[in-house]
Amino acid sequence: MMPALRRLGFLLGLLLFTLFAVFPIVWMVITAFKQDADLYDAANNPFVYNLPPTLKHVIFLFTGTNYPVFLWNSLFIGILVVIITLLLAVPAAYSLSRLAGHWGERSGIAIFLVYLIPPTLLFIPLYQIVTFLRAANTVWALVLVYPTITVPFCTWLLLGFFKSLPRELEEAALIDGCSRWQAFVRVALPLSLPGIATCIVFAFALSLSDYIYATVFVSSTASHTVSAGVPTELIRGDIYYWQSLMAAAAIVTIPLAVAYGLLFDRLVKGFQSDSAGGEATP
Amino acid sequence: MATLELRGIKKHYGSIHAVNGVDVVVAEGEFLAILGPSGCGKTTLMRMIAGLEMPSEGEILIGGEPVTHLPPRARNISMVFQSYALYPNMTVTKNIAFPLKTRGMPQAERDAKVAWAVGIMGIGHLLHRRPARLSGGEKQKVALARALVRNPALFIFDEPLSSLDAQVRTMARGELRQLHDRTGVTTVYVTHDQLEALGMGDRIAIMQHGRVHQLGTPQELYDDPADTFVAAFLGAPPMNMLERDGRIVGFRAEYLLPSASPAVAHDDALSLHMHISQLEFLGAEWLVYGEIENGAAPQKLLAKVPPAVAATLHVGERRQFTVARSRLRYFDPTTGLRVRDERG
Repeated sequence: MMPALRRLGFLLGLLLFTLFAVFPIVWMVITAFKQDADLYDAANNPFVYNLPPTLKHVIFLFTGTNYPVFLWNSLFIGILVVIITLLLAVPAAYSLSRLAGHWGERSGIAIFLVYLIPPTLLFIPLYQIVTFLRAANTVWALVLVYPTITVPFCTWLLLGFFKSLPRELEEAALIDGCSRWQAFVRVALPLSLPGIATCIVFAFALSLSDYIYATVFVSSTASHTVSAGVPTELIRGDIYYWQSLMAAAAIVTIPLAVAYGLLFDRLVKGFQSDSAGGEATP
Repeated sequence: MATLELRGIKKHYGSIHAVNGVDVVVAEGEFLAILGPSGCGKTTLMRMIAGLEMPSEGEILIGGEPVTHLPPRARNISMVFQSYALYPNMTVTKNIAFPLKTRGMPQAERDAKVAWAVGIMGIGHLLHRRPARLSGGEKQKVALARALVRNPALFIFDEPLSSLDAQVRTMARGELRQLHDRTGVTTVYVTHDQLEALGMGDRIAIMQHGRVHQLGTPQELYDDPADTFVAAFLGAPPMNMLERDGRIVGFRAEYLLPSASPAVAHDDALSLHMHISQLEFLGAEWLVYGEIENGAAPQKLLAKVPPAVAATLHVGERRQFTVARSRLRYFDPTTGLRVRDERG
């Protein structure tokens, strides 16, 4: 009897938590399909359709605004930033953790300090660099600028990861016939996948959500990202295009939530299988 | 199977001399134990043999071929690490197959080899597990199978038993030695545990401060230590040492026995009046803690006696103990080296 009750309580708690987490997204989706007359009547229940739902605002989002361009820009920038980040941060973190002795960790911390300088302070000097490179007003400005945030952070994060991998594993690989590069690719890299996954999530989420750099370095609509473009196009003066705004947000949020959910699963699994390594070193 | 030759190996880290001139030749199929306290340079020496460190000076030859500047993968050696260093992201089968895979061995041949190594170690039931789900003893077997699978010229063991429970360790010692005898692979076994070195090694190299103090069979090291360090390091308890007539006299605790007739002092025995301060039960034997007057300060001595003899001893009494002169070993008090001239 007791275990059944406890289980029921657990499920109830889980249900409440899920409702809490999903509630804003559900409201967002409901709102996206509402008619104006339904939405703007304060007497109506905001969580149900008092008038039949409509696709009008979603169609407006894709045909009347540059939203598809924003989506494409965000995706393009996000993927490039992730690639650049990994290409720089993984080798940097690995070599700092393995080859530079005591200075490795200190440099890692020094690199991390760069991350702590706020973008509001950095965008002025960065703007000069961006204009010098003639990248202002293009997506390339953001492709170049976001790694200044993501690379230091991810290097620092991965440094901790690589440091926690027992050196003996790579030495065993060296003796088992690997070159240094192979030992890295076949042993160190697979074991740091959770860390790399975290870096991917971090770099992509940052380039998607950043607002300051996205508005400062890019003013032409054709090069805007979702986070900079949607507010400029769907808030005109004091008029909020609520349904289209909600649709724009939902279209980005839901696939990402699902993807992160799957990734998180893999992340946890990665951590679990990671717990073997080199314990029992006195 | 091959010989291993170390010629004048030195390793300096800045001003620290981790290994300071080691010359050792290991015969084909021999089991060499390298024994020493922590920080004696044995691990550095082993890492140089494996190719994980480059010697500052000297030459390493495996099977007569100089390998000093070759990377580990080109030396055809296998190593079992203290932590076993199993790849956590691979199953047992993949762990064992890894050294073959890196050498590009075809799948079918690889499978046969793995099956052979798995059969020898008797770990057929573990093949699909990950290292995280293995016990210490099982991990060790998998690590051994991985070391065995490619018929190396040389095995290197880095304290492979130190992370096992005491009960399992004795068994594992026997199994390891049997494995060596079956495969006949030249083996270098690094340990700080003298029981392992004495029990398994064909020969033992005792190291301290980056030097080999003595290289010999376990019996030689035990009976004829080359200097006071070896005498004091090897054996449980270590050798008793007294200063007499400008020399250090050493003898093993088991040779120090109460004399049957107290009055008689033999010409061929050293007799000592000892005050018994403590008796300790060890199972098959008793350990007698005693003190003798030796000049100004009392000197502590240990004797190992059978239970029947221990029954006649009492804490607090003074008894005469003797050691046969043939059991005495003499050392130079300044250099600590053995003095071969054993005049009476």
